[in-house]
Amino acid sequence: MTEIRISGYGGQGVILSAMVIGKAAALYENKYSSLAQAFGPEARGSSCSAQVIISDEKILYPYLVNSDILITMSQEAFRKFSPELKKDSGIVVYENELVKPEGLASSVKTFGVPATRIAEEKLGKNIYLNIVMVGFFTAVTKLVSQDSAKKSVQSLVPEHTIENNVKAFDLGYAYGKEHYA
Amino acid sequence: MKSDPRGVLTGVHYIDGDHAACEGALAAGCRYVAGYPITPSTEVVERFAMRIPHIGGIFMQMEDEIASSIALQGAVWGGAKAMTVTSGPGFSLMMEHIGLAVMTETPCVFVNVQRGGPSTGLPTLPAQSDMMQARWGSHGDYEIIALSPNSSQECFDLMITAFNLSERFRVPVMFMMDECVGHMTEKVVIPEADKIEIFERKYTKKKPSEYKPYEPVKDLIPEMAEIGKGYKFHITGLTHDERGYPAMNEENQHKLVSRLMDKIRNYKKEIIMIEEDGLNNADVAVVSYGITSRIAEKAMIDARKMGIKVGKARLKTIWPFADEYINTLSKKVKAIVVPELNAGQIVREVERAARGNCNIISVPHFGGTVHKPEVILAAIKEGAQSGNNR
Repeated sequence: MTEIRISGYGGQGVILSAMVIGKAAALYENKYSSLAQAFGPEARGSSCSAQVIISDEKILYPYLVNSDILITMSQEAFRKFSPELKKDSGIVVYENELVKPEGLASSVKTFGVPATRIAEEKLGKNIYLNIVMVGFFTAVTKLVSQDSAKKSVQSLVPEHTIENNVKAFDLGYAYGKEHYA
Repeated sequence: MKSDPRGVLTGVHYIDGDHAACEGALAAGCRYVAGYPITPSTEVVERFAMRIPHIGGIFMQMEDEIASSIALQGAVWGGAKAMTVTSGPGFSLMMEHIGLAVMTETPCVFVNVQRGGPSTGLPTLPAQSDMMQARWGSHGDYEIIALSPNSSQECFDLMITAFNLSERFRVPVMFMMDECVGHMTEKVVIPEADKIEIFERKYTKKKPSEYKPYEPVKDLIPEMAEIGKGYKFHITGLTHDERGYPAMNEENQHKLVSRLMDKIRNYKKEIIMIEEDGLNNADVAVVSYGITSRIAEKAMIDARKMGIKVGKARLKTIWPFADEYINTLSKKVKAIVVPELNAGQIVREVERAARGNCNIISVPHFGGTVHKPEVILAAIKEGAQSGNNR
């Protein structure tokens, strides 16, 4: 069982990236997966998160207890959620121009990507940063396959944005392969 | 009869319980929703409002829950299958009209995605604290049906059952979700329309001159009349005779109220659904429902690893309560553990049905999140150490 916290601030597409990962596992990999969102008074600009659990067995407890993976796109979210990471085997996947991963146990592995800059420079819009993150996450964790994750992206984004989202995914994936192969 | 394919989104989806409940309603033939959106149930009506123009039907946002709970009954008498969707505070406002639906035998579904209470309480967090309200919230003596799903898939599947039962028994059915089930996204498989069994409304074939709207025809249940076909009668919340006219005396009161209750009580076998596992030779049984049943199952797996013989009885039907089933169970086990996200509601029913046959352990939780599995595990351990009744 793998417990993933996806976090950032409202407006970055945190929930969509969680949907992409969860759906990739549940529909295209024949695994069980559940997604629980924080439904607080969050608004655009404030801290926002989702929890995805992926398992080979039926998921009973719906919330994560200690995350195996923290995906984070804001420093505030990193501060809030890094303490719940598994101390011995945790992984942090982070937007490396927005987050400085400080105070982690030495056993925690970190993977950084300038997702916002990639989205802006290569696609002209920073809104694709979340899918760049998902592509990068897929490459470095190999938790879901490239194929499943890409299918999931295609099924979840508005039709007129599929092409750019797939590009965003590929850019993130390539960055992961290049820097952390 | 099979489902109308226009309302069936056949395929494999990754959606939350609220969305799945909406799809279940559409597959069941629901074509009218009146509602006053409220967290954590909003997504049900949001999806319905988006989907229904493409299918053919109406979503009506009303001024409040009182209006919603009466508008849907008008829609039913106008020929639609209908539901309303709410959460705690809205459910409280609907109580009088639940009684009206019972009294007028209006088949309909009330969805309550439960959040913490009392009052506005915890709008975005789960509870199961409206379980007694669902049964007893309206005044007078009556019976309703209440179902409780524990996954997105079951929000779809059981919603179809809810509509079918409401039509079969002409009774309002309470669909008792909770915020956790409502907002948790999981895989949902929606079958093809011709694989979905729908209970079609029984309309009378009698001539208008011979039709009595409250004359029981089969299984204590009267037939409805199709709107616009010349049937003229009175629908009232007052005690009425078989013609539907107010007839307020002891004789009619006894005849009507006993029939309204017996049409459910006599058919409990058809209504009550329980998912069992590992109860043969169990020392402890865990009776639970909704999201709590999943936490209970986790605790149960841990208990079995410790060598404790524990089984589960998950109530998919809450009301009418499974008295006979629990009574039989209580004679077989040392203890029954009842975890629920409230101060202890359904445990009272379990105690009543068990009649002192075994140890009953309540595991209350006031909501805001779900139980910690360890807490239920501790209760299972305590149950296993109970004195032997067998």
